[in-house]
This record gives sequence, structure tokens and C-alpha cells, in this order.
Amino acid sequence: MVRVFQSTIIDAPIDQVWAILRDFNGHDRWHPAIAFSEIEGDDPIDAVGSVRHFRLADGGELREQLLALSDKDRRLSYCLLEAPVPLMGYVASVRLKPVTDGNATFWEWRSEFNPPAHRRDELVKLVTEGIYQAGFAAVRTLLRGRSVGSPIDARPSQAVAAPAPSVSVPRVLPTVTPGQAATTRAIVVERYGGPEELQLREIGLPQPTPNEVQIRHTVIGVNFIDVYCRTGYFDLLQPPGVPGMEAAGVIEAVGSAVSGFSVGDRVAYACPPVGAYCERRNMVPDLLVQLSDDISDDIAAAGLLKGIAASFLLHDVHVVRPGEIVLIHAAAGGVGQLLVQWARYLGATVIATVSSDDKARIVERLGAHHVIVYSRENFAEAVMRLTGGAGADVAYDAVGNDTFGGSLAALGIRGHLVSFGQASGPVGNWDIGRFSSKSVTISRPNYAHYTDTPQKLAPQLNRFFAALRQGVIKVEPPRHYDLAAASEAHRDLESRQTTGALVLTV
Amino acid sequence: MTKVYVSSVIPAPAAEVWKLVRNFNGLPGWAPFVAESRIEQNAQADQIGCIRSFTLKDGGRIRERLLALSDYDLSCSYAILESPMAVENYVATLSLTPITDGNLTLAEWQAEFDCAPDREATLMQQIGTGVFQTALTALKNRFGR
Repeated sequence: MVRVFQSTIIDAPIDQVWAILRDFNGHDRWHPAIAFSEIEGDDPIDAVGSVRHFRLADGGELREQLLALSDKDRRLSYCLLEAPVPLMGYVASVRLKPVTDGNATFWEWRSEFNPPAHRRDELVKLVTEGIYQAGFAAVRTLLRGRSVGSPIDARPSQAVAAPAPSVSVPRVLPTVTPGQAATTRAIVVERYGGPEELQLREIGLPQPTPNEVQIRHTVIGVNFIDVYCRTGYFDLLQPPGVPGMEAAGVIEAVGSAVSGFSVGDRVAYACPPVGAYCERRNMVPDLLVQLSDDISDDIAAAGLLKGIAASFLLHDVHVVRPGEIVLIHAAAGGVGQLLVQWARYLGATVIATVSSDDKARIVERLGAHHVIVYSRENFAEAVMRLTGGAGADVAYDAVGNDTFGGSLAALGIRGHLVSFGQASGPVGNWDIGRFSSKSVTISRPNYAHYTDTPQKLAPQLNRFFAALRQGVIKVEPPRHYDLAAASEAHRDLESRQTTGALVLTV
Repeated sequence: MTKVYVSSVIPAPAAEVWKLVRNFNGLPGWAPFVAESRIEQNAQADQIGCIRSFTLKDGGRIRERLLALSDYDLSCSYAILESPMAVENYVATLSLTPITDGNLTLAEWQAEFDCAPDREATLMQQIGTGVFQTALTALKNRFGR
């Protein structure tokens, strides 16, 4: 038996390093020896027992099985199942530790195996230098590249530094081909009301002003906030108006005072003002996100608003810590699915509630530790039972009226209720004196307050795209509706029949 | 249960750092806030169960019992018996791990204890920053090139 032990210091915060190493199928993105890797079957990358099958740059094929994974200790262990070299009984583990004076990370990589005696030195050298030391160097390079803005990072709006438009700038005609600028198909809300108020109309489309761009939408996100705009619960939309706060598309014209964007750029956004339910629109590009090639329009339109929301809900509104008990309602919904996956990644114990057994299966697959079907069982009692009476540290509740009281009851002492929606109706009036029985904290975050400037938005975007790329969260392919069928999409969303995201295609 | 964890990279090989920190009676030699130390009852400093009694430069007195010492894992655990800090069930571990890349050492110092809830933040700061990190910084400087 030989033992190999290698360790190094990486000059990056531990969470960044762990996000790279934790991805059992991600080594082909950084290790120079590995050309291609895939997980066998449909196993998630973080399922203990999953097998990665990978090919080396020199053509050799290997299979390795994940034996242990701990987000608590930031450690993972794996063994070799098949290899072109006789690394018999090879079991390896990777472990990270924070260096607390500064922001660096200690990384150790160790293994044991039984080489044939005559190849011992050669194989120890291969593992020590060819795998471990080369891996240290590659991750160091990867992280250094990121800090100077490599193409794999999300690129937040470059309009941050755009000069303020001057009124004296002569208006330059944007490069829109004639005939396209006059009108556009759009969903218009003439008066607040039900889904039937979403009517397809042909509306005027002016040329963009000097500080606007014109976007041709390809895919438009449908969110619960659009329902609140349609019903008048939020006053973001004044009838007659076009709802929608999220879409992906292509820039077709650029105002003369805009810099950082060009015709043909793929972009997405998830921000007010409303007006996304249409073929084309003009908008100020401050909060536009340029899409890199690995993010499809579908995923951007399905995931951006929900992903940004999940990002600030888990990192800013409440900072989810390892070991916390996190209760997530409507866990099979668009935001719910992201919250479940991400909270689990952050080391929390995730208790999810759903309305049906089918949804329970989805949420279990996403990694929820406990799933409660709340139509069948009192979820507050279930949470208390599952936590031995301790209750949840934080509850994420966008269901509102039906769950608010139960969420309070499910909290532990000094628990935090994050109410970020009211799908079942407003939560009503509560006497805050009652909250002292557990020293409860209530948050009612507003999306805009976490995202309405490029400076506020950038960290959320970076976190969301990094989580997406590292496989921390997966955005399921959305359910598609034609733009003209927006009312049908709203009906389905409100009926709680859907799971994951809904989008309109143009 | 409150936990405190600090760590530093010491610019010297682990064996060399261990020679210094292994001595349970050796705090005055490297921890800047310790004035003097002795082992009670004439015991050896590496005898499990021995008690070190030391005074701080600010006058405070602390008694700690050696719970575990491993020359193999390069780690040392001890419990507080008496201190001015108002902590209970205090157990701490100082451990070293080699950093093969550059032949350096990762020093980790962690503690777990119980205390009054309103004192928790202050004690975490006092122990984590005031004691552990200060001592590790002194260790760094001592081996600094």
C-alpha cells in the first residue's frame, strides 16, 4: 500500500474553490489531463454512488465512483473502478479548509493504492505530479482567470460605465430595417382582472431613444409577479399596459448614447419596467445581461428572475448557514426548485412542502431532505416532528394566505419568516406582539430593492450564473406557450398545476 | 454549543512548528499574551491529563488540562478548568497539517464551549481573534523569513 499526500494553498475564498471541486463531473473543465467527462445514468453529480466516466487527453478511459461527499467538511472521496493503469484499490479524497487570516483556502488531496512493485515509483509520480500537482495549478489558473473576467463568467451590463446621455447629442436613426419599427405584437392588459384580460394586440413601437436599445424577444419568462401586475395587486402596471419583467432576445438597434451593446448581442433581463410580453421593445440597457454562448435563451428566460430572487433570498435576505433548517413552500415551483437545490448546497437541512405526490417526487429528486404534502398533513406539526421540536431557522413562503400562520408556527426560537409572495392571497393583518413568543423576524423583500442598480444586480448575477455552471442548481427546461396564449399560461400558473418555469415564445 | 475556528499558514515545515507547539508548558515561548506557565503536580508536559497553570500578561490566570496529544496527527487538545472568561465545557484543539506545496504548515485552532447567550459574540471575538489568531500570527512572525 502506498499513500500519496499533497496539499497547497489557493488564494481564493473556500466557497469558490469548493464550488469547483464539489462538482464530481466538473473536472474536465479544469484538469488538463481530462478531455471529457460524464456521469453514468441519470444520477445527479452530488449523489453518493454516482459514477463519472471520463476520457484523458491521451485517450485512456477511466471510471470513478463517488464514495462520500460532505458540504460540512468540504470533503469528497472517490474510488477508481476502471483505469488503463494498475492503480489497484485506489481510494482518494479531497478536502478543503479555510485559512481565516485572509481569504485563502487550504486544499489537500490524498490517496492510497496498491501498485505492482515494479511500477510503484512511476505510478506514485503520476498521481503526485500528473494528477494532484497539475490539478492544483489548473484550479489556481482557473480562479485567477475568473478574477479578471474570463468568458465563462456572467458578464453584467457593460452599460455601468456608459456616459450619461447628453441632450445635445443628435438622434441617430437606429439600424432597424424599414417596416419593423412601426408596430409589434404584444399582450395588453386593458383593465385589471383575470387571465382573460391578457389580450393580443398590435401596438406602436417607436424608435429607441438615444439611451435605449431595441430588443427582439425570443423567449419571455412568466412569473407570479406578472399575475400581481395583471390583477392590480402591484401597481407596476398601469392599464392599458404590457406586463412581463423577464425575457431573452437579441439587440436589433442601439441608441446613439448607449455604449457596451451592439446589434446582434444576445441579452436577457429580469427587471422593471414591465413590458416583456411582446415581440419587440425598447429599454434602457442598465440592467441588461449579455448572455454567453453556454446559456440558452430558454434557460435565461426561465431562470433569470427566479435565479436572482433565489440568490438574494438565500444570501442577503437571510444568510443560509450550514446546518440550518430551511422550510421552503411551493418547492416544485420555479423559485422553489432553485431554493431547494441551492439551500441544500449551502449545507442546510431542507424541508419542502408541495401540494401533490407528483410534485413531492420532483422535489425529492432535487435533494430536499424531507418533503411534506401539505394537502394531507399539517406542515407546521410535521416540521416540529422532523426537527425534534426545534422548528425551522428560516421559512421561505411565497404562498401567502394559506401558509403564513403555519410558517410562523413551524419556526423555531429566533426563526426568520421570509414572505416573498402571496400566491394564495394576501397574508392579512397580524399583531406583531405575538411574534415575541419566539422572537420571530419577518422579512418582506421587494425584488427591485435588491436588483435595481447595476451595482446591486452584478453580485446576484455572478452568483446565479456560477451556480448554474457548476451544477449547483439546474433550471429545468421550461414549459412553452405561444405569446398569444399568455392567458392560458397565467391560468395554468395560478391553478398550481405546473412545475418549474413557464415561458412564452415569440 | 459555540464553535470558534481560526487557521493560518505558517512559513515553516510542520515538523519544525510542531517541535515548538507540542510543548504544553511552552506558551510563554511564543504566545505573546502569556507571562508564565507551569505544570501542576510535577507532571510531564506531554503526560495526558496533566494540568498547565499559566498567567496572562494582563494578570488573568488560566488552568487547562491536556486531553490528547498526537505526534502522528500533530494535534493537541485541552479543556479549560478555570479561567476569567465565564465559559463552560470548553475544549480546544490545536493541530498542524503539512502543506506539501512549498513545505509550509497549516495551523488550525478550534474550540467549542457553552456560555451565556449575550456573551457569545464577545467571547467568540475574544477567543478567536484575541487569543487564537493573535498567537498564530506570532507563530507566523517567529518563522517568518
